[in-house]
Amino acid sequence: MIRLVPDHATLINRTACVEFEFDGRVVTGHAGETVLAALMRAGIRHLRDAPTDGAPRGAFCCIGLCQECLVQIDGARIESCRQIVSGGLTVQSLGRPADG
Amino acid sequence: MAEIYDIAIIGAGPAGANAALTASEQGCRVVVIDEQSKAGGQVWRVKSAAIAKAPDTPETVAGNALRDALSISHAVHMSDTQVWQIEREADDWAIYVLAAGRSRKIMSRALVLASGAREFVQPVPGWTTPGVVGLAGATALIKQDMTLPGQRTVVSGTGPLVFFVASEVRRHGGTVAAIVTPNHRTEWLRAMPFMAARPDLLWRGSIWIADLMLARVPIFWGYAVSEVSGGDTVTSVEVCKLGPYGAPIGRVSTIHADSVCLGNGLIPAIEAAQLAGVPLEHRPDLGGWVPRADSDGKTSIAGLFVCGDSAGIRGAAAAEIHGKLAGLSACAFVGKGPSVAPVGMQRRYARAARFGMAMTALSIPKPGSDGLTTPQTIMCRCESLTRDDITTEIAAGAQSSNAVKSGLRAGMGPCGGKFCQSAIARLIAKTEGRPETDVPPPTPRPPLRPVPTAALAGDFDYADLPIPKPAPL
Repeated sequence: MIRLVPDHATLINRTACVEFEFDGRVVTGHAGETVLAALMRAGIRHLRDAPTDGAPRGAFCCIGLCQECLVQIDGARIESCRQIVSGGLTVQSLGRPADG
Repeated sequence: MAEIYDIAIIGAGPAGANAALTASEQGCRVVVIDEQSKAGGQVWRVKSAAIAKAPDTPETVAGNALRDALSISHAVHMSDTQVWQIEREADDWAIYVLAAGRSRKIMSRALVLASGAREFVQPVPGWTTPGVVGLAGATALIKQDMTLPGQRTVVSGTGPLVFFVASEVRRHGGTVAAIVTPNHRTEWLRAMPFMAARPDLLWRGSIWIADLMLARVPIFWGYAVSEVSGGDTVTSVEVCKLGPYGAPIGRVSTIHADSVCLGNGLIPAIEAAQLAGVPLEHRPDLGGWVPRADSDGKTSIAGLFVCGDSAGIRGAAAAEIHGKLAGLSACAFVGKGPSVAPVGMQRRYARAARFGMAMTALSIPKPGSDGLTTPQTIMCRCESLTRDDITTEIAAGAQSSNAVKSGLRAGMGPCGGKFCQSAIARLIAKTEGRPETDVPPPTPRPPLRPVPTAALAGDFDYADLPIPKPAPL
């Protein structure tokens, strides 16, 4: 089929892979990208539960405003769209049954 | 002792970075504060360090040119730095910033606000489902991390952005399940005379649409997403036809998808201007509430200037020139540079703004579009408050955004009302039968961005804390 907008997916070269943990699950990302990007490509969209009704939530504004993609890293709450991936990072979701 | 600059600029997008370049060329001591790692704003957001190599886009090229110019200028660029409070201190401005987990104060004689925009999304049932991202939000993911929100995406929204995002989804190897836009083809025809001023963009847009048609992607003109289904992630999307006033009128179709991009245009980010005390005016043709300012960025407050999309949505090309104009105005205020901007610059700004406003016009909310928000739809995402909760509060006497905010906490959650207040203000106006100009946004309160308590407390030793002797028993 004729494409006027070419598929560039294969032309994107990323830096070396690093592994980090999200709620105990090993996720592969690339050094320098956001935690959110790595989680999205791993198909993980459910990032936390709303504190009020417990409903699943995930990234929404992707620019650090809405606080929907908040995760816990080293005891601090941080937007996963503003946190850069590094190897060995331990990321926990907020309000999921796993962390009580 | 806080650092003192001639001019502080908030935001390093096309407006702020150009204001910084212009002012530093005129010999001013300039600091430009920005929350991203590199300049460029949302429109020219830099690729992350994880992208070793990738094809360039017009956005990358424009952004790189701006970043190069800023890096060789004398302007100080504070990146990864968030502004959380602005105060007047004698005749100067005190700007409280958060960087690397620490808060500090920056002082300046003049202040230029170029804080850009955020997007407006009309709440629909299921819009809080993981896998639903903002339409502009998707551009951030794509531009910075070259990552898509899913594999099969419904792209929904107003103006040119919906076609840009759909085309980018295809360029990154994703599938566009459908394009859903409340705009009709006739609205685009009306915008054509203004588009003739930008044949480059007209050509680019035509390629996007032709490519989508060749790929047989369904384009729903005059439609909106009326419901998103799914639990932990999106599974399907319902779209419905809109009536002449933008109200949903049935004829629902279901589309299977794992992700949705949802957006209804941009609104100026005015909280910083509000904190600084600039009067607002309601300008739907500029994206809603805007700080009152002249075309050279001057406001009614001495030493305070606004430019770019935060002064009204006119797009990146206008923002670049508006930044230069505001930069010159700020220079004149601190006694440097020419007292009047070159006439040609004003003319080029007016021309670019006309094009930008023709695009903004495609996103002006239609009177019936709030009908997409059903009584059980969550309006305030932070506090999970539904439209019913809000209307009950209005019926109980809450007649302003501030009243709904203090009664229900809608706007007091972590996002600070950034994603509910526009829809809530329109709901108040509609319920009470008042014009929208009667319902301004709530009073913004610091912090403008969440600040961890540790950042405010700073480093200290417990032993150094003065503890008074206990009172005798």
